[in-house]
Amino acid sequence: MSGFGWVWWNWNLVADLRVMWQYTFIQSAFEAGTIIAILAGVVSYLVVLRRSSFAAHALGHVGFSGAAGAVLFAVAPIWGLLLFTTVSGTGIAVLGRRAANRDVEIGTVLAFMLGLGLLFLAFYRGYATEAYSILFGDIVGISPSQVWFTLYASLPIFVVLLLVYRQLLFASLDEEVAEAKGMHTMLLGIIFMLALAVAISIAVTVIGVLLIFALTVTPAAIAVRLAQRPLYAVLISVLVALAATWAGIFIAFYEVEPTSFFIVTIVFAIYLVVRLLPGLGPATQQARWARASAPALASGGRPGAAPTPAPETELP
Amino acid sequence: MGAIAQAEHVEVGYHARTVWTDATFDIGPGEFVAVIGPNGAGKTTLFKLLLGLLRPRAGRLELFGTAPRRGNSKIGYVPQTHTVDRDTNVQADQLVRLGYSGTRWTPPLTPSEWRVEREAAERALQLVGATELGTRPLGALSGGELQRIFLAEALAGRPEMLLLDEPLASLDLRRAEELVQVVSGLVRAQRVTTLLVAHDINPLIRYLDKVIYIANGRVATGLPHDVLTTERLTALYGVRVEVLHDSRGNLVIVGGEDSHQDVSA
Repeated sequence: MSGFGWVWWNWNLVADLRVMWQYTFIQSAFEAGTIIAILAGVVSYLVVLRRSSFAAHALGHVGFSGAAGAVLFAVAPIWGLLLFTTVSGTGIAVLGRRAANRDVEIGTVLAFMLGLGLLFLAFYRGYATEAYSILFGDIVGISPSQVWFTLYASLPIFVVLLLVYRQLLFASLDEEVAEAKGMHTMLLGIIFMLALAVAISIAVTVIGVLLIFALTVTPAAIAVRLAQRPLYAVLISVLVALAATWAGIFIAFYEVEPTSFFIVTIVFAIYLVVRLLPGLGPATQQARWARASAPALASGGRPGAAPTPAPETELP
Repeated sequence: MGAIAQAEHVEVGYHARTVWTDATFDIGPGEFVAVIGPNGAGKTTLFKLLLGLLRPRAGRLELFGTAPRRGNSKIGYVPQTHTVDRDTNVQADQLVRLGYSGTRWTPPLTPSEWRVEREAAERALQLVGATELGTRPLGALSGGELQRIFLAEALAGRPEMLLLDEPLASLDLRRAEELVQVVSGLVRAQRVTTLLVAHDINPLIRYLDKVIYIANGRVATGLPHDVLTTERLTALYGVRVEVLHDSRGNLVIVGGEDSHQDVSA
């Protein structure tokens, strides 16, 4: 949750890492952070492609209520998280052909679920630190057995995602055709939501429900501006999530501020750079294309003389 | 050769509402057929029948010699609405590749699988004259360019029949005619039987083999110049409808339920 101001920077990365690696909790943090970043990076590409970031946001918050309920009943918070997110995720998948069009329904259920979370917290007589770590994450508080749990929870998701990756990609890009081709688009939607639910549940340990976007949406938001092939986009998304998680843990070891703050800040900084870099993303490419072709249309030809038909003007 | 699709006295509807009744037509191999009619007449419903997403309430419908079934790989389908939007920063040929292999479970794993998929996509893009568009992001394509990509996506699996739902809807007249020429070329060169839904016949009329005209809950079918006459359409609508011709061979249908749809310029 917070950094540890007792060790000083050495400005020698290898020596720094060697010092850190003596601590079991740092080893656990890196191991769990790595698994979580890979899963979150893979899932986040689908979140962005399916325009489901509001669902991701909602699942995180619903997870909070689940975790608060688990704490109240003296169960590990992760079980409450998994239960609430998988049930809600399946619900969202069944409800909406595309979750993107279901903001109102998701929001309505979300408000009620958060109310439940508040009630659980009110009943709970213990310390508020549990709630705090669910809200903002506590990666350095993770135990070796939790690392194993993280691995076991994500392995089946990896296997399933690898198996349905192609179909999920197709159903996300062209749902109408996928359905006409006899694919089970609703089942694929449920699989996606379950993967998202697990990714969120375990990512909460690192980043907390309030900051969940930093690992489940932003890495892919960065990746889709850099790559136009799904495979490359997924790889970039994973790399961003990994880099931010590792760097966040590393910096937090030497600074007093919480790890999640550094992770969120790193991801946001990369996002800013990518957004501000000129010439990335489809919108700017469209504009560039239009600019390049405007004078050419007037003169009846266009520079470059590629054998494509002249670019078209959109009807209103 | 026998008919690709055959309908006898087919009736179709959703719940209590009957969309149209008593449709009898047949579509031969390699035919270019336009499905015409006012909005809401049930043109897309015909596609749903052929795709096996809806069953006829009455009558007999056969496609490739059997009842239509969902997921028939002999059909390439371009729906009217699409998931792709301005923010879809995915290279166009990736969607065409998915048209070839998107129903499979895993991505292509061996180099030869990968090459076969790439070649299928390249061939499909070439058939619609969109080779140069393959490397551009979907979100940056114009309406007409996107329609070519969707067409290539549908063609990638080498279908025997194409169902195109309103591909001309958002295109200006010049783009519409270009796309019709591409489709017509495919029908002739590849002998792909093609049904194309439109609400304006004029960009199509010179290329068609057959018209299926749906209006007022009924279906008329035949050669364009037999169906699109004052007498046939008057009988179809049940009210006086007049078909006017201009000097260039364009048709204007006046007096139908929403005749303004047919007078589009």
